[in-house]
Amino acid sequence: MAEIENKVVEMDEVVIRFSGDSGDGMQLTGTLFSDTAAHTGNDLATFPDFPAEIRAPHNTVAGVSGFQVHFGSAKIHTSGDLCDVLIAMNPASLKANLRFAKKGSTIITDVDSFEEKAMEKAGYAANPLEDGSLSDYIVVKAPIRMLTREAVKELGLDAKSADKSKNMFTLGMLLFMFSKEMTYTHKFLEVKFKKNPTVVEANKRVLAAGFNYAETVEAIKSTVSKVPAAKMPKGKYRSITGNTATAWGLMAASEKSGRQLFLGSYPITPATEILMELSKHRNLGVKTFQAEDEIAGVTSAIGACFAGSLGITTTSGPGFSLKSEALGLAVITELPLVVVNVQRSGPSTGMPTKSEQGDLLQALYGRNGEAPMLIIAASSPVDCFYAAFETARFALEHMTPAILLTDGYIGFGSELFQIPKMDDLPAIVPPIAAPNSDYKPYRRDENTLARQWAIPGTEGLRHRIGGLEKTDVFGQVSTDAQNHEKMTYLRNEKVMRIAERLPEQEIFGEPEGDLLVVSWGGTRGFVRSAVEKLQKEGKKVGHAHFRYIMPLPKNTRQVLSAYKKVVVAELNAGQFVKYLRINFPEITFKEFNKVQGQPFTVIELTDKFNQLLQED
Amino acid sequence: MTEINNTIEKSPVKLSREDFVSDQMVKWCPGCGDHAVLAAVSKVFPEIGYKKENFVFVSGIGCSSRFPYYVNTYGFHGIHGRATAIASGVKIANPKLSVWIVTGDGDSMAIGGNHFIHIIRRNIDVNLLLLNNRIYGLTKGQYSPTSPLGAVTKTSPYGTIEHPFNPGELVLGAQGTFYARAIDVNPKLMTEIMFEAARHDGTSVVEVLQNCVIFNDGAYDELTDRATREDRLITLQAGERMIFGKDRNKGLRLNGTSIEVVTIGENGITEEDILIHDPSQHDSGIHLMLAKMTGPDFPVALGVIRAAKCPTYDDLMEEQITEIRAKSKIHCMDDLLNSGDTWTI
Repeated sequence: MAEIENKVVEMDEVVIRFSGDSGDGMQLTGTLFSDTAAHTGNDLATFPDFPAEIRAPHNTVAGVSGFQVHFGSAKIHTSGDLCDVLIAMNPASLKANLRFAKKGSTIITDVDSFEEKAMEKAGYAANPLEDGSLSDYIVVKAPIRMLTREAVKELGLDAKSADKSKNMFTLGMLLFMFSKEMTYTHKFLEVKFKKNPTVVEANKRVLAAGFNYAETVEAIKSTVSKVPAAKMPKGKYRSITGNTATAWGLMAASEKSGRQLFLGSYPITPATEILMELSKHRNLGVKTFQAEDEIAGVTSAIGACFAGSLGITTTSGPGFSLKSEALGLAVITELPLVVVNVQRSGPSTGMPTKSEQGDLLQALYGRNGEAPMLIIAASSPVDCFYAAFETARFALEHMTPAILLTDGYIGFGSELFQIPKMDDLPAIVPPIAAPNSDYKPYRRDENTLARQWAIPGTEGLRHRIGGLEKTDVFGQVSTDAQNHEKMTYLRNEKVMRIAERLPEQEIFGEPEGDLLVVSWGGTRGFVRSAVEKLQKEGKKVGHAHFRYIMPLPKNTRQVLSAYKKVVVAELNAGQFVKYLRINFPEITFKEFNKVQGQPFTVIELTDKFNQLLQED
Repeated sequence: MTEINNTIEKSPVKLSREDFVSDQMVKWCPGCGDHAVLAAVSKVFPEIGYKKENFVFVSGIGCSSRFPYYVNTYGFHGIHGRATAIASGVKIANPKLSVWIVTGDGDSMAIGGNHFIHIIRRNIDVNLLLLNNRIYGLTKGQYSPTSPLGAVTKTSPYGTIEHPFNPGELVLGAQGTFYARAIDVNPKLMTEIMFEAARHDGTSVVEVLQNCVIFNDGAYDELTDRATREDRLITLQAGERMIFGKDRNKGLRLNGTSIEVVTIGENGITEEDILIHDPSQHDSGIHLMLAKMTGPDFPVALGVIRAAKCPTYDDLMEEQITEIRAKSKIHCMDDLLNSGDTWTI
């Protein structure tokens, strides 16, 4: 074979999957690599894949922790399907993650960890690095443990301390592979270990050792690549996860409306991060109340709403079920409660760390009586910020409880967030009743139908509300037949009228064509990538991604009628499609459903769409 | 009565009972003990002296939970068992409100048992009126968690086989800082207790022994019958000896690790031997013994059994916010959004 010139290949996008034992520091390595890529102008999205077990046994498949980053020179919509580079720090992580590696991809392993006992624990009968089973991949067998110890020998570190820096070796290799500098990591180490210069030095040496080692490996040297900077809008950026973005969006709504933020919540995967994030911000007057259960979480938030706060409760599926009765109370008392449901696989406890879109029908219909609520679904980690802000804004201005649906995938995933200015976000003006005004609890604004918010402590507004049906305008307890029917329709109409303020539903693609792909919530990135791919191939495919579920945008019927065929793709057994069929019975909907606790892949979507395009 | 001192704004003018009378028809059965509680509230609120807009009533479900409609304050009629959780939200959101919970033995001891113990454990500064008639009234006569063992009701035609809760024990077990017991036939004592509950910083639980004329009539006859009540009840007063009885010659004293009833003048017992009531005592041991006393061997204790000082959740929350605010460099959302690792493109 002729010698290959050592040249840098330009690539549009790359997916790297970091995996190792829980203690191998793969989350940090992945984050540092991602941050380096972000600082050098790449767009990206990440997703951590950690085990549900807190400290699963060492070197077992159950104890493997993963982190995937997808970075590129164009807009990145997802954390990627299959990876171009897989880091496997031990046999178990290779075992658990090989299925995520593209054929022909590079697998970097720490060959020193492929000891008999570790391979046995991972379930390998023979050494996969030697038995030819990886012949479809470029396997780099790096003696990472040995070279790491070597690199720090002069610093007098013992083997155990030295091994803690192994992840820096891997990071160094990757930085070389993708033509990135080590400066960002240097700065990070200097800040992180400010009090321990030896540790800083050790990590820097290991990082450099990895970087230099990569240059000597033929398989790497020949494929050094560079992903040019993406053309992103000018501005200031940061990286943010969906759950943090949700917390911040709610805080932004609190600041804009001048209403104190009260969160009543009970820890539940994958929503707990929102409670943890909000708990940090006492400095901004945020009041978090870790309740004794899900019911106390929501009812305390309802109490706070009654008292004039932006009352919020955060949860996931099983907790959402427990809150159902209280949501009805928020509907009938017409208070601006915000419920965040970070959806996970169900039913019951299901698969807590896995994502699904299974709670849509519950959000729409899961309460006794006629109990409509505003429902908005966030479509990406960054969109969690804006969707949370908007959910709170409409709840406050229209005096209705509202549900924000996100999911575990976008909750844990991260994206680059162009930092908004608070001045650029819309004002939020809740209809607060003036002191000593002629207040009636259920008198409504003639346009929005919102009732006024009379806050306890205000002079001249004493009144009573509650779970019993009340008379229109006056708010007296009533079982009058006509009044109940009137109030039922008023509560519904109030929510429906929010559609007047929603932007029109857009179609990504031509105004008409052969196949319209409909999706909602956290799947936007995958579906958009698939549609873009087909459009580039010249196919007449469009994408309508719904953020507003209840009410639907006003032009929804028009959008759904614009293409010859409509397919609804969602991560459940067909819930949004049922809702659309109820509302638009004249339209024929095809379905593409997946209920595996995993996101869509672009490949399976394009396959399905191609198949639908070919069918009569 | 001592004056109440806290951060809740007082009324600039003297209020009267009429300021709290609602325009709603009171729909409790004639003779129901709830009427007495309503009367006591209307009487004591002007004495407490807060601005009338600063009172909030929160209730759950049950006969007693209709209370908010019958008193002219801000009111929230919640769902079954959750009044304590709703009220927690109200008080934490705005600690300058005087929050009153009205609940029954079903609402707070059964479906709302969890929230009941946790609001007490947190010592959120609310006042909780627990109207205990030992029966489910609104659903027409099923046994409740406070119905005595063997009680014959519509769902226990052969007698209950459940051991009842003693609310006082539950309160003290949950580290309650205030527990008092009143009885519907003694409005004066009830009013005094309500005032003390308002004065106490923390969760003040006032259990009201209260008759249900329809479904559990006579549940407290022994305690209300003129012929027996003096011997069957003891009204505790802070700083006073625990003496009771028609002839004021019975008393309570410690014998080893338990309480016993003794007769002054018999077996060399003098007044000096009788315990002095100290509701503020931090150790709740004696308070628990007093709360648990029941006939026929012991008198049932009325009055403020416990009122101990302890920081409240709502005060700690406000203090923490003040403290963290003073330390933090982040003062608004723009600061937060631009904090940490950011870069410009």
